[in-house]
Amino acid sequence: MPDVLTREEVERIAALASLELTGEEIETFTRQLAGILEYARQVQQIDTTGVAPTSHGVRTPPIDRADEPRPSLDRAEVLAVAPDPARDAGLFRVPRVIG
Amino acid sequence: MPALDLRTIDGIHAALASGVSARDVCRESLARIDAADGRLHAFNFVARDAAMARAATVDASAGGAPLRGVPVALKDNLCTRGVPTTASSRILRDYVPPYDATVVTRLTAAGAVIVGKTNCDEFAMGSSTENSGFGPSRNPWDPERTPGGSSGGSAVAVAAGCVPVALGSDTGGSIRQPAALCGLVGLKPTYGRVSRYGLLAFGSSLDQIGPITWSVRDAARVLNVIAGADPADATAVGGPVPDYTAALDGRLDGLRLGVPRHLLQEGVDPEVGDLFDAAVERLRAGGASVRDVELPHARYAIPVYYLVATAEASSNLARYDGVRFGHRSAHSDTLRHMYTRTRDEGFGPEVKRRIMLGTYVLSAGYYDAYYLKAQQVRTLIRGDYDRAFTDVDMVLMPTTPTAAFRLGDKVDDPLQMYLADVFTVSANLSGLPALSVPCGFTAAGLPVGLQLTGRMFDEAALLRAGDAYERMTMWRDVRQPPSP
Repeated sequence: MPDVLTREEVERIAALASLELTGEEIETFTRQLAGILEYARQVQQIDTTGVAPTSHGVRTPPIDRADEPRPSLDRAEVLAVAPDPARDAGLFRVPRVIG
Repeated sequence: MPALDLRTIDGIHAALASGVSARDVCRESLARIDAADGRLHAFNFVARDAAMARAATVDASAGGAPLRGVPVALKDNLCTRGVPTTASSRILRDYVPPYDATVVTRLTAAGAVIVGKTNCDEFAMGSSTENSGFGPSRNPWDPERTPGGSSGGSAVAVAAGCVPVALGSDTGGSIRQPAALCGLVGLKPTYGRVSRYGLLAFGSSLDQIGPITWSVRDAARVLNVIAGADPADATAVGGPVPDYTAALDGRLDGLRLGVPRHLLQEGVDPEVGDLFDAAVERLRAGGASVRDVELPHARYAIPVYYLVATAEASSNLARYDGVRFGHRSAHSDTLRHMYTRTRDEGFGPEVKRRIMLGTYVLSAGYYDAYYLKAQQVRTLIRGDYDRAFTDVDMVLMPTTPTAAFRLGDKVDDPLQMYLADVFTVSANLSGLPALSVPCGFTAAGLPVGLQLTGRMFDEAALLRAGDAYERMTMWRDVRQPPSP
């Protein structure tokens, strides 16, 4: 694992995160994220052999509910707050994907 | 009409009993918001008309509801049907949810009157409200200082006397830290105690909703209303919800308190340390026993938290893409470009920084070294508390290492800002309930908080101890924030 975060790596992460960053943002984040990761790296010194990971705070089994149809949000109300609704079709419109 | 006491639910209920209407109370709350908010910026939105209409409904209804006529402010990451909900982000600037969060439904059913939505760090990511897309909130005790964050606006709304109750959300201390810095009570319930449905998600394994109030009793009353199972949140635990006010008997005898002295050796402001020691002594004098406890992995809580929370955030915030709700960039011709431009225009720097960090730690080649490792250390941190709780009933720490810091002091150094959460994040990583109560003032007159962390689902013990301490000290009557 490289010790220093590179600009190229930050650009690759931005693309994975669907973020369009300015040159200035990439520079700032390269510096700041490198500092934070260096600090975070202290967790790697801890011996965790055989320790199970914890992914959430719940210690009891998740609560099940009956698998029965229930009303969901009203489609017209949901479309009313969409940036570009196709109300008649009941769809969200997005820029053309296939030429 | 005599001056209304808007600091406590009892004060409001006494006024209602003497013939004051819920509309009068609501009008007074709105007037105080008008008087204070230009200077303090507690609110992103004041729901004037909806609140007055709701108060009229309360006046027309029969009495008896536990929060009848009580004005309540909500952190702006809690969805309110028909009322703007922005999470203090430009990406949701114009978003009006078509549904209420479960806590909002429950508060309203209990007679509460929602007066507005409070400012916070964008998507609850921050410790000062300085990451809000709409400007910071200011601390009523000293407007040059932060009220804390991320639920800073909620704390300001209560501390400035606008409302007796505000809800916040707490992912790493975001209820307890602003409550402490504003001289208030803040409760982060056990993970699973309160439904998260309708809370705009940040770190789903860490987030919990809870109250900010002047008194422990009022925190208990609000928890009574908002706690309990919810078909819309599979992590909200079932079973009966106790009456938390029944625990408030003022007793400390038999209570076993643990203090992790080894964590307090460095980085704690001496004045905060002295006030903490005095609070522990007061509890001992009141009948509790105190002993040292070891939490050997707690010093890794900050790095673990910022690895886990950012990973979850990077996933949760993927939904803000300009397709279904919120902002969409006007400058995009392809779908891919629409996503990236929308997110670039909509998110502020701290949100981008955390999405980047979270994406990095989840990405191929780094997952095991950072994310998986952090989750394993999370297990160790939780195990430390489990061991401590075999000897003691709760663990005491200062809520924050310092009193409120000056606005601008930490904005250029994200890591320094993260360290403000050093005593609060372990409870979120472990799922444990934690309560912050006021424990005095620095020489400069700034409030300081005492944090009590308890066993899973043992909010009653925390509230009992916090209430007993409050009865002995009544810090809220010792000093008040200066009037505007």
